[in-house]
Amino acid sequence: MDMSQYLEIFIDESKEHLQHMNTILLDLENNTEDLNLLNEIFRIAHTIKGMAGTMGFTQVANVTHEMENVLHKVRNGEIPVTTVIVDVLFECFDMLEDHINSLESTGQESSTDASPLVKKLQDILINKGSLSPTTPVEEKEESEPEETHIETTTSADGFSLDLSDIGDVLKEAMSQALHPLKIRVTLDENCMLKAARSFIVFNTLEQSGEIVKSHPAAEDIEDEKFERSFEVLYITNAGADIIQHEIANISEISDVYVEEVESEEIVTTSVAPVVEEEIVEVKEVEEVITETVVTPAAPTPAAKKPVKRGKETEDKKQAKDKAKTSKTVRVDIDRLDNLMNLVSELIIIKTRLEVAEGTGNRSNMDDAVEYLERITTSLHDAVMKVRMVPVERTFNRFPRMVRDLSKDLGKNIQLIMSGEETEVDRTVIDEIGDPLIHLIRNSIDHGIENPEDRASRGKKEKGTVALRAYPDGNTVVIEVEDDGGGIDPEKILGIAQDKGVVSDREVETMSDKDIINLLFRPGFSTAEKITDLSGRGVGLDVVKSKIESLNGTVEVDSELTKGSKFTIRLPLTLAIIQALMVNLAEEKYALPLNNIKEITTIEKASISMVQNQEVVLYRNKTLPIIRLSDVLEVPYNEEPEEKNEMIVVIVRKGELEAGLVVDSLIGQQEIVIKSLGRYLTGAKTIAGATILGNGSVALIVDPNQLL
Amino acid sequence: MSNIQEYVVFKVNEESYGIDIKYVENIEKMLPITRVPYTEAHVQGVVNLRGNVIPVIDLRKRFSIPREDFTDESRIIIVNYKEYTVGMIADSSSEVFQIDRDNVDPAPSIKAGSDDFVREIGKHEGRVVMLIDLKKVLGIESIEAE
Repeated sequence: MDMSQYLEIFIDESKEHLQHMNTILLDLENNTEDLNLLNEIFRIAHTIKGMAGTMGFTQVANVTHEMENVLHKVRNGEIPVTTVIVDVLFECFDMLEDHINSLESTGQESSTDASPLVKKLQDILINKGSLSPTTPVEEKEESEPEETHIETTTSADGFSLDLSDIGDVLKEAMSQALHPLKIRVTLDENCMLKAARSFIVFNTLEQSGEIVKSHPAAEDIEDEKFERSFEVLYITNAGADIIQHEIANISEISDVYVEEVESEEIVTTSVAPVVEEEIVEVKEVEEVITETVVTPAAPTPAAKKPVKRGKETEDKKQAKDKAKTSKTVRVDIDRLDNLMNLVSELIIIKTRLEVAEGTGNRSNMDDAVEYLERITTSLHDAVMKVRMVPVERTFNRFPRMVRDLSKDLGKNIQLIMSGEETEVDRTVIDEIGDPLIHLIRNSIDHGIENPEDRASRGKKEKGTVALRAYPDGNTVVIEVEDDGGGIDPEKILGIAQDKGVVSDREVETMSDKDIINLLFRPGFSTAEKITDLSGRGVGLDVVKSKIESLNGTVEVDSELTKGSKFTIRLPLTLAIIQALMVNLAEEKYALPLNNIKEITTIEKASISMVQNQEVVLYRNKTLPIIRLSDVLEVPYNEEPEEKNEMIVVIVRKGELEAGLVVDSLIGQQEIVIKSLGRYLTGAKTIAGATILGNGSVALIVDPNQLL
Repeated sequence: MSNIQEYVVFKVNEESYGIDIKYVENIEKMLPITRVPYTEAHVQGVVNLRGNVIPVIDLRKRFSIPREDFTDESRIIIVNYKEYTVGMIADSSSEVFQIDRDNVDPAPSIKAGSDDFVREIGKHEGRVVMLIDLKKVLGIESIEAE
């Protein structure tokens, strides 16, 4: 059966379920006793399993199936809820999300193998709530050699090597009277060049035998992607003790453990699991069939949920090109009804206008036109509302992020969110995610102090990051506030001067606020120690330019030792802006109002040339003058006579200002931005086009490109 | 299986050109065109087509034929190629030919410098129609190369 038509529904549904699961998992972590939460996760896992099974996505089905098993026991009180379980459940969530994202972009399940995770879940079942005793748990001290691997497919003797796929090789080796050996080499704690040292070990081994497999993989060892020890499967004709002796003679090796591979180990590991798996699958298919009948009906395809696209990795980016699903908005049916009503009104008014025209009654006509105006305004509002989605969609990934980050950094941090229901345009939602991640990471990494520092400052040990959204007139405000150390202007200034971001002369006139705003200059990053999270040189300037590209602004308030607050202000929608319409010869252009500082007239005589650039002295500042008609290559039928007074529109971009010379002003107007599309490239100074009242097209000038 | 394909036929400088009907969305009378700066010479500008802003190219300029004033006969042929919707200005367009693939020959590459806009020559009731390569005429390759 062709399932492709259900793929989109499956992805939408799964994403919704996963989002829900994420929220519940976070709750569960703080509230391990709540049986309702467990039931809810169980229900979600069950639903996803059913759907995935029907669609034939075995990896997803496998993971959810095992989750279900574990959750079932937990629900029955046979296994207590521990951090181990919650962590594993989070891992399951990540794995499922990975698969769903992959399905969305490529139509295939992700290549990530789910079996280690499945094994982990099975371990939990067997060991009643903990991972198998020999399995290293990430948090443990790295005193014993076994605990240095992160992978957890550990066999009973503590080796992480998976022999199942090389059973044939081993059997053959044994038939030729060679010894397959499992060797674990632990490097000295102070070993500087781990890759080089392990290379020597490999070299030594290869002189008297063959390395069949290593854990971690050879490339990872080369890249030093291991802690202190690694394991190899080695086939040799020499004895185990000789090999052990040889390796132990290499310097900087703290421990060598050699064990011969038993013949029965090969047999059991290579054949048995496969059979087992098949049985599981068969069983599952049966279950799935019965389940799907019970699963509530899928939503109408017309009302689809918007989908995010993963853009972290390069290959995902490539996958994006052949993305299978398109951007959609899930719309409240009430809003559609409202839209429907307004359109019926339009039809009624059309008839009314026709009648009024026929009778020639002037006042009837005027009434009708006025009514038409009211309807179009409401219609416009209604359509805009359809495009609005709650910021919740962006916000709900943050609790998890804060949880993970604070764990990594050893800080105790709570995230308080409010105003998740605030609505913004669909196009904005996609764009604000990254800047917000950046700001929240900054707050956690640089803002909130270590627990000790907080204690010494007399603050609560638990740091707070607040994320708020609220509408404010025609804009939406999003705040990221922390009660951390605040921003130290002196420190900022020091760094800015070191990095040459600011000149000494500039500094003299700067207030503390100006100094803090240096944060937003390119090439500025204050992280003292480079962490995984932030401090990679790309800084707040990226956030600022992103927000500005959305026609928004970002501000920062900070009080030393009390905390800091970043305020993002975004327009409700990107599609409609206030603009100043101007004339250039016969052509009309729109200038976005939020770029315009003021409009003035300038005497032609006051213009002087500095380095081939026309400038005027305006309010004691030199203002570069740009002749818009030259920039836009406006054709004049006849050479315009130079007027003595020129109309100048002063535009700004950050600190930069320039005066644009125009022929005449038409007025302020609300315009709908239309894209010029991809066919017309190269017109960088043109931000788009808009359709005027008379049906003709006017171009929108992007002043940012002129400065 | 019939070998007959339908082509929208239009005229530029008295010569007949054809374009596969599957690319043609509709044919419009001339609309007010707004010039766009920094575009290639053959791009005439943009038009408002029922609320959508559509770029328009001039086939005369594209085929290096001197421009004459637009007339009542001038038409904008709106085509869809991949994700691009573009208007093409022709001197006139009023016919659709059904041409048997047997009556289509590859174009002789004689005209140097004509950029191979014409891919094939079709014959229909004693008339010769130059079938254009839309991808080349629109210059999609140079756009996607950027």
